[in-house]
Amino acid sequence: MKKDIILAGVGGQGILTVAAVIGLAAMEEGYKIKQSEVHGMSQRGGAVISHLRISSKEIFSDLIPEGTADIILGIEPMEAVRYLSFLKTGGRLITNSTPFVNIPDYPDREKLLSYIASLPHSIIVDADKIAKEIKAPKSANIVMVGAASPFLGIKKENLEKAIHILFARKGEKAVNSNLAALKAGEETVADKV
Amino acid sequence: MKKLLLLGDEAIAQGAIDGGISGIYAYPGTPSTEIMEYVQRSKIAKEKNIHRTWSTNEKTAMEAALGMSYAGKRAVVCMKHVGLNVAADPFMNSAITGVNGGLVIVVADDPSMHSSQNEQDSRYFGKFAQIPFFEPSNQQEAYDITREAFDFSEKFNTPVLIRITTRLAHSRYAVQLSGQLPQRVTSFPENPKQFILLPSIARKRYKSLLNHQKDFLEEAENSKYNKFYNGEDKSTGIVASGIAYNYLMENYNGGKCPYPVVKISHYPVPENLIKKLYDETESLLILEEGYPFIEEQIKGLFNLGKPVHGRLDGTLPRDGELNPNLVAKALGIQYQQAFNIPDFIANRPPELCPGCGHIDVYNALNEAIEEYGNERVLSDIGCYTLGALPPFNAISSCVDMGASITMAKGVADAGVFPAVAVIGDSTFMHSGITGLIDAVNDNSPVTIIILDNAAVAMTGGQPTSGEGKIEQICRAAGVAPDHIRTFVPLRKNHNQMVEVLREELHYKGVSVVIAKRECVRVLQRNKKLKKQTIKT
Ligand SMILES: Cc1ncc(C[n+]2csc(CCOP(=O)(O)OP(=O)(O)O)c2C)c(N)n1
Ligand code: SF4
Repeated sequence: MKKDIILAGVGGQGILTVAAVIGLAAMEEGYKIKQSEVHGMSQRGGAVISHLRISSKEIFSDLIPEGTADIILGIEPMEAVRYLSFLKTGGRLITNSTPFVNIPDYPDREKLLSYIASLPHSIIVDADKIAKEIKAPKSANIVMVGAASPFLGIKKENLEKAIHILFARKGEKAVNSNLAALKAGEETVADKV
Repeated sequence: MKKLLLLGDEAIAQGAIDGGISGIYAYPGTPSTEIMEYVQRSKIAKEKNIHRTWSTNEKTAMEAALGMSYAGKRAVVCMKHVGLNVAADPFMNSAITGVNGGLVIVVADDPSMHSSQNEQDSRYFGKFAQIPFFEPSNQQEAYDITREAFDFSEKFNTPVLIRITTRLAHSRYAVQLSGQLPQRVTSFPENPKQFILLPSIARKRYKSLLNHQKDFLEEAENSKYNKFYNGEDKSTGIVASGIAYNYLMENYNGGKCPYPVVKISHYPVPENLIKKLYDETESLLILEEGYPFIEEQIKGLFNLGKPVHGRLDGTLPRDGELNPNLVAKALGIQYQQAFNIPDFIANRPPELCPGCGHIDVYNALNEAIEEYGNERVLSDIGCYTLGALPPFNAISSCVDMGASITMAKGVADAGVFPAVAVIGDSTFMHSGITGLIDAVNDNSPVTIIILDNAAVAMTGGQPTSGEGKIEQICRAAGVAPDHIRTFVPLRKNHNQMVEVLREELHYKGVSVVIAKRECVRVLQRNKKLKKQTIKT
């Protein structure tokens, strides 16, 4: 088992939480993980990337080599495409469709989304809309974890367990809305599995 | 013993706690900040009463750590690479004094300058001070090396440097813990003159450091952190240091590399190991994160004859961090790139948070300075450096912490009026005060804007050592009280702020304008924390 995942988004969108949920679930399942993250300057509304590596064997590099990632998981569509050079042939790009526009030259939305749709094995999910529908507007990132869940090679129970552990500090309500977000994300991709 | 999932920084922190420290000293700086933050959160650190508050700058941190060592206890001091420039004086001299309790200096370098002004390689500082130094290749080594470094330091009566880089600092992996070593009790150095660096004593101390050089080398030759791996293919021998070793192994799927390899994590450079590799192989490839430190030493002035490849001959880029793909290319391994990034992807630089007080200050300053132009606005390092980018384009410099005030003074001395400095509260405390005193002593016509957001915001909102004291400090430095002005940077105060700035820009002496409003990100975080503690 080996899954190399690039997590992409904008500072403040909860990339590190996504990494923590998937990483913890993978460890619950008995895998090794290595996860490199971005701290510092770019966390202020800039582009943020995390390399999450899951494997049953020892993991050497903290960075995923370009051209070898199994999955790019985007919480923001342009950020997902920014790291396309990491994706391997046959790899899957799964992204939220809601753009985060804080720059003047953000690309045309239609063009961006139709480009993503044209990539083989890509999946576009309106995570912000789904999160609002289930009344967990802050959990768009976990909706995306749900959308990626069938492709992670990790059991659903372990993802749920990770959410329980990681959100316990924030109270029961936070745990439940994130569990709901996970489920809703998974349901939207049911036809793609 | 437990296994924990730790950032490289956290592995170092845990290693220091388990190594028996009585104190950690640090000033925040990416990518080193999480070392102190981990100790501050640690229950064991609390139980053991380990000193763990932030220092005002890296020099004060280094000196306090040296003081703790003098008093017989173990101490660690942590900083980012440029912090060692600030702490260079005590650091270099600590090599001469030697230690009493074990003393470890951790420096986190930032090749590729993810969050820094330069990518200096701290291994040169290790060599400069002529002390032993380590470069862990992974999180486990970061833990083990730190935990053992205090013993090493005491055994050879020398401070020890540990150098890491961004990717190790900020990457997590499971780390196997070993037992906790005991803290030491206070005791003064056996030799009462050890720390008195009067020339007559310093010369002796320096000789003693020089006499230790052969021990340091011997330790490195036999270190478990340096290894010789045999390989069948003798066409190339590879030297890989620190995390470069991981990038090498990544390319062989963790299996066997066909070439002989010397892995280095313990310095000085182990000469015999490299000599053996050189003799066995037809050429060398040097993989190192940072400057061509080992490569230059192997090549020397006169190349011994066999080709040595690395950053100097273009086999690897001369600057920037390494990655598995660059190392693959150097090994002649081809990666196929499946997808190209389309050209409509735009850059997304960091920006000031919505509602940040720095925005209001820059809007007011830009209006007040319009008649003069902002080439005369010298600034500093912090969130507010983002004022150099659109839409503000408000500042014209960012060099090193504290340089805004002193550079503005130099600009004023050169005959430019008005000259302006923009500096954050933490940066002012770090190294702005001395510059302010220079300006006061010369009555330089400078306007100094201090952005007092009660936080070291850039590095994650740590508390500042100047909280509630900025105005008092400026008075005590000798700034005329009626030229110390304060306002609250809010949009509704825009006109008042412009007015105050205009008045002080016209004043031909030192004036200080304090913009006082808490960082909104820290404010939100504190609110959230409060909510959580009420709930639990
Ligand atoms: C010598 C040195 N130490 C540490 C840093 C890392 N660093 C960059 S800005 C900064 C402090 C910023 O705090 P402040 O001046 O209060 O500005 P703010 O970010 O709060 O706006 C620090 C610690 C550095 N660049 N150089
Ligand atoms: S972190 Fe604080 S100081 Fe920095 S940009 Fe955000 S609000 Fe402003």
